[in-house]
Amino acid sequence: MNKNMAKKISTEPKMNYDLNLLQDMYKKMLLIRRFEEKAGQLYGMGQIGGFCHLYIGQEAVVVGIQSAQIDGDSIVTSYRDHGHMLACDMDPKGVMAELTGRKDGYSKGKGGSMHMFSREKGFFGGHGIVAAQVPIGAGLAFSHKYNGNKNVSITYFGDGAANQGQVYESYNIASLWKLPVVFVIENNKYGMGTSVNRSSAGENLSDRGKPYGIMSEIVDGMDILAVREAAIRAIDYCRSGKGPYILEMKTYRYRGHSMSDPAKYRTRDEVDKIRKTSDPIENIKSLLNKMGVEDKTLKDIDTNIKSVIAEAAKFAQDSPEPSDDELFTDITIN
Amino acid sequence: MTIEILMPALSPTMEEGTLSKWLVNEGDSISSGDLIAEIETDKATMEVEAVDDGKIGQLLVAEGTEGVKVNTPIALLVDTNESPHATIKNIADKPYLEKEKIPSKPINDKPISIEVNSSLITVREALRNAMAEEMRADKSVFVMGEEVAEYQGAYKVTQGLLNEFGGKRVYDTPITEHGFAGIGIGAAFGNLKPIVEFMTFNFAMQAMDQIINSAAKTLYMSGGQMGCPIVFRGPNGAASRVAAQHSQCYASWYAHCPGLKVVSPWSSKDAKGLLKSAIRDPDPVIFLENEVMYGQSFSCPDDDNFTLPIGKANIEKEGNDVTIIAFSIMVGKSLDAAEILKDKNINAEVINLRTLRPLDVDTIIESVKKTNRVVTCEEGFPFSGIGAEISALITEKAFDWLDAPVVRVTGKDVPMPYAANLENLALPQVDDIVIACAQVCYED
Repeated sequence: MNKNMAKKISTEPKMNYDLNLLQDMYKKMLLIRRFEEKAGQLYGMGQIGGFCHLYIGQEAVVVGIQSAQIDGDSIVTSYRDHGHMLACDMDPKGVMAELTGRKDGYSKGKGGSMHMFSREKGFFGGHGIVAAQVPIGAGLAFSHKYNGNKNVSITYFGDGAANQGQVYESYNIASLWKLPVVFVIENNKYGMGTSVNRSSAGENLSDRGKPYGIMSEIVDGMDILAVREAAIRAIDYCRSGKGPYILEMKTYRYRGHSMSDPAKYRTRDEVDKIRKTSDPIENIKSLLNKMGVEDKTLKDIDTNIKSVIAEAAKFAQDSPEPSDDELFTDITIN
Repeated sequence: MTIEILMPALSPTMEEGTLSKWLVNEGDSISSGDLIAEIETDKATMEVEAVDDGKIGQLLVAEGTEGVKVNTPIALLVDTNESPHATIKNIADKPYLEKEKIPSKPINDKPISIEVNSSLITVREALRNAMAEEMRADKSVFVMGEEVAEYQGAYKVTQGLLNEFGGKRVYDTPITEHGFAGIGIGAAFGNLKPIVEFMTFNFAMQAMDQIINSAAKTLYMSGGQMGCPIVFRGPNGAASRVAAQHSQCYASWYAHCPGLKVVSPWSSKDAKGLLKSAIRDPDPVIFLENEVMYGQSFSCPDDDNFTLPIGKANIEKEGNDVTIIAFSIMVGKSLDAAEILKDKNINAEVINLRTLRPLDVDTIIESVKKTNRVVTCEEGFPFSGIGAEISALITEKAFDWLDAPVVRVTGKDVPMPYAANLENLALPQVDDIVIACAQVCYED
């Protein structure tokens, strides 16, 4: 078993993919990117307050994993959550209106960027405390197992969260109780301003599942096909009742930790180099080109998405603020 | 030479136990370290080892005897060359040789009256019955915590649940409060109804972030989508001689936070009725029990559907002269104080809060309007405590009805000391309540 742990997966794209699937994945990734660009713009205009953590650069991770899920699976993540919500097919209007703190936002304007949920779409947040979503994700997996359904919990966290004690408390229990949870470490190389080398002992974060007997893989998180294939393996493993699985996604965020982060801890060259050589959207775009999809088709997709986002932004600015009465609702159910 | 073997204290709060089995007979030679008896305490059945070498001269307490006080001689050890019974007459009559049940001290030294359709049961049994009944009624209810399953509960509150419901409903967790509290919360988000036992609330400090940030706040942050029907329960407050890190009342900590309900029962009836309501409640409930109360017996309704409403206080004793407001173990002390106050011609009203959040403000204010004087009682620290909150509320809502400033009886503003005398000083006692009541009544 140890042999298989943390194996490096080949990232050679396979050409036998269904074209529709690839196009759908491309659309979703682009939707996330355009959404985040708009969110950054609205933040600059003062329309979005507080913390706002953008997902630009990491799109392949959530879209690739989502492509391997089935209805009823649950998803939970940290505060860098806009991409996950869009990948779950939550309405960009509702997400954007939450960012602007309006009544039509997913949390009626009471949660903001970091705290949004949709039971209907299986999205359980959106959690603001680093790593708090990890035991919660294991608990969602517990509920699937308890109810005897075949669903799994996809629990995302970052390289920064990977040093929190509660992650290992969750690994231990998830492995002991064989909970159907895929732990997805989105290793974007920086926990806020501290590089993973300066914060995390040992070679790979995925190795940390070994002492708990948890299978793990390191995946090129900039390559959506590699992500999807790894996700299929991991989810199949969990769904078949064998217990948890760790996927360490090597990815990269182009923007600062949050909008207020000047990102002085890395050079502009570092960011530019990754953008030029391994951008996940450019990767799938060139694959689509190779498969015969014309530039015009791709440009039309982009134009459509831009109009969806523009509409969402308008909606989010036109939606009224929550009424004053909302201050005292939703504190308890009864 | 004859040595008395004494009933040992096997836990911090143990005052008496059951001598369930002798593992030696009179006349047996034993060496230090040999097992001589099994003793059942509130918490567990334990084996007792001989400390000295010798021969069992006489067994003074019969097998099966309940209520044997700590430090009572239970057997005599004689030199190996002496014959059994040689020196007995001078040392002890056989005080407990006949099997008998020694009743524990009733509250106020009055016999406990058993109400209609009720039984005399301990708080521990009431809590267990509440869980078992709710687990029978609702398959989404399950129990998790340290030692709740195979060990039968560190304080035996979950005794028998594993046997009845099996390992898919009762889970032993590792000693990782932060992690398993979060897993419970995730399970509640997944529409299950977890009962999470903390061995004591002192250890729930490790889980505080999950309780406050995840359980209490998510409903609000989700605009009402993400209910969290979970119960966190376990002993709270001082136990006995376990010092600062294991003796603290957390009532005001949890009651401070919107999104939580905070319940703290006193009697068996409270324990059953409130725990059942807590399990059925769609919101996260902090259920603060008290270790010292677990073994106390009260009349408790037998009905499987008996519940008590969360958010409603109970007037345990009516009176006109002063209102004593208490919860948990302090209710019993307040009733004892009320008895003593009768001799001073002070007729005290005793309110058992039962719930700390939402607080039953109406019952408090109505009582203030009647008595015009208030003493609050809690084990917790005074600063920003429950008493401070009640005092502020009364100032805001019934200031003109007061004939004296509200007085708080609380634990002292110090970490709990270990030494018996200091611990006694640190905890609020019946006398403190009596003095406070006399003070607000301007009596000596």
